[in-house]
Amino acid sequence: MFEINRRRLLKAGAALSAAPLVSRINPAFAASLTAGFIYVGPRDDYGYNQAHAEGAAAIKDMDGLTIVEEENVPESDAVVKTMESMIQLDGASLLFPTSFGYYNPFVVDTAKNYPDVQFRHCGGLWTDKDPKNAGSYFGYIGTAQYICGIIAGHMTKSKRLGFVAAKPIPQVLLNINAYTLGAKSVDPEITTQVIFTGDWAMPVKEAEAVNALVDQRADVLTCHVDSPKVFAQTAAGRGAYVTGYHTSQAKLAPEKYLTGAEWHWATVYKMFAEKALAGEELPNFVRGGLAEDFVKISPYGPAVTDAAKSQADAVKAEVMKGGFAVIKGPLKDNKGKEVVAAGQEYPESAIELEKMDYLVEGVIGSTS
Amino acid sequence: MSEITRDAPRLSSLSSRLQLSEAGRRRLEGALIPLIALLAGLLVFGAFIALNGKSPEEFYWLVYRGGFGTWFSLQNTMTRAAPLLLTALCVALPAQLGLVVIGGEGAFVLGGLAAAVVGPLFGFAPGPVAILMMALAGICAGGLWIGLVGAMRHYRGINETISSLLMAYIAIALMHHFVEGPLKDPASLNKPSTVPLEPAMRIGEIPGMDVHWGFAVGILACLAAGFVLSRTTFGFAARIAGGNARAAAVQGLPVGRLILAFTGLAGAAAGLAGMIQVAAVQGSANASLAAGYGYTGILIAFLARQNPVAIIPMALLIGGIDAAGGFIQRRMELPDATVLVLQGILFVAILVSETMSGRLLPSRNAKS
Repeated sequence: MFEINRRRLLKAGAALSAAPLVSRINPAFAASLTAGFIYVGPRDDYGYNQAHAEGAAAIKDMDGLTIVEEENVPESDAVVKTMESMIQLDGASLLFPTSFGYYNPFVVDTAKNYPDVQFRHCGGLWTDKDPKNAGSYFGYIGTAQYICGIIAGHMTKSKRLGFVAAKPIPQVLLNINAYTLGAKSVDPEITTQVIFTGDWAMPVKEAEAVNALVDQRADVLTCHVDSPKVFAQTAAGRGAYVTGYHTSQAKLAPEKYLTGAEWHWATVYKMFAEKALAGEELPNFVRGGLAEDFVKISPYGPAVTDAAKSQADAVKAEVMKGGFAVIKGPLKDNKGKEVVAAGQEYPESAIELEKMDYLVEGVIGSTS
Repeated sequence: MSEITRDAPRLSSLSSRLQLSEAGRRRLEGALIPLIALLAGLLVFGAFIALNGKSPEEFYWLVYRGGFGTWFSLQNTMTRAAPLLLTALCVALPAQLGLVVIGGEGAFVLGGLAAAVVGPLFGFAPGPVAILMMALAGICAGGLWIGLVGAMRHYRGINETISSLLMAYIAIALMHHFVEGPLKDPASLNKPSTVPLEPAMRIGEIPGMDVHWGFAVGILACLAAGFVLSRTTFGFAARIAGGNARAAAVQGLPVGRLILAFTGLAGAAAGLAGMIQVAAVQGSANASLAAGYGYTGILIAFLARQNPVAIIPMALLIGGIDAAGGFIQRRMELPDATVLVLQGILFVAILVSETMSGRLLPSRNAKS
């Protein structure tokens, strides 16, 4: 083996010295459009990154489109270098840096330096002060969590739900509140116990949180962390039902998986790629929910009862008509303070929801 | 290994033919051993790649091109090496005294946090003054943190390896607490961060290059550390104490003060790296600070055999492998972990090669 390797190495050395140092685009990448996807974690995390990678895979075979992907890119100048490397070495002209923390300052600065390249960032941070060749897209997944909450509300025996969450930031709080309100629409006595782990990928703490929640008699659990893999396996192993997040975890817990709130990024990526291939201008600010097919609900698992399915389907049909509001008054937070006055409604697109800093009545836990 | 020892007599006759002095012999051996280890590591890794059905020569070609082969790649490598130069010093300096400090990540994170706090306090002062104060803050925070490790070692006999690692966890938790609590910029909704630094307080790029000044600072720090160790009585005393602490104490060397000084300086280097990360890269302190630069520094210090000047090429090597990592993922469709496997094999090869010290070019006086 070493004989062969030494010979191969010598050959490689010869190739190396013969090759020109100037940057040239590999013939394999000579398609009319190269799109780069950048993930903060592994592509097969059963979570946030996999949801994006599935979206990328869905457009892989489009005519004239080449996809390049890079995983485990930290939210530092490493992502700047990855973007530049995709532009300079792979000839990418459309980039999707998918992690929230990439945006400021890294995507904004790189977009300024490369005005001919289009940047679309997941998270919805773009404002008209930012470069015009940048933009953002996001999905209203809170409404999907509300529907999952309805299923959970039907399936719980102990009337206690568990929520493993990363950080008390607005996006996460909205999911916890929507899930709880969905369950409470089935039975107002249901409570959700929330545990914050402090960061996006803390598998050990997530498992501990699941165990603590089950010990406190929670029998339906969900989460908002980057990779729900450990969460789903631990919860199902303890005999609790699971509703998923980001993508489907049904494979990890076939019997215990009820449903889940999933992203459906294929819709977004297909739209951007089609427009870019046709030479059309790309929109800067893109958002959608269930009705726009930006998010979806996992197919119901075997344990879900008919009563649960029919109520969830009925609400989903309402949502598809548009204008549905999960957060509406009168609504109190879990300290008894009124946070939404009677008659007030915030549909999923309401900007106020992006500053959410409270947990609704029925959630056991604290934002600080 | 046996082949190498069989080669030893030939090499030693080479050294006698070259009429090397004893010091020259040691220096030549010190350079040869890591080189041979690196080559052996690369060969083993080539076999690993071949076993996975991929072509090792393509792999090495991509490492070369992605890390070193173009001006863009080289700058990418230097940018990635910048923080590693200083975090490797955090390991190499205490190593002169025989201390194994592996908690540089903690000093890095706290240095960055201190800089983000102190910078805005000097908003009234000209930019360079504010940058200087931030650097001092980073140096002090890091120096005190690892200095405390040294103090616990000297006064209480607490193992510095364990305590520095555990204190890194505490440092990261403290950073999370302050960034998400008392020091949070209310505008940073979904990515809690401190208030962004004014543009005047940011560290820019080296003229004509796409690499920030932190790289130059790191190089200077490594050269300065090399000078202090080899050309001053202070460094000489440290090396004596590292060789035999009791003998050094008998000779009247202040071993305790040396431990405090070297751990303090080590922490200062990592703290300064954290400050540079905030001032040159991120613009504010947030969870992205804990990206593992402190831990990669351990790898580099060991690769450099704790020699501060040798840190420079090793940091560039690891920076280059990192820079190429993404390119390899994209072109060969290998998982990101491939690069970690390569780094791990190189690390083990270097550690194993330590046992060859004194055997490769045996001293003429030594019995063989």
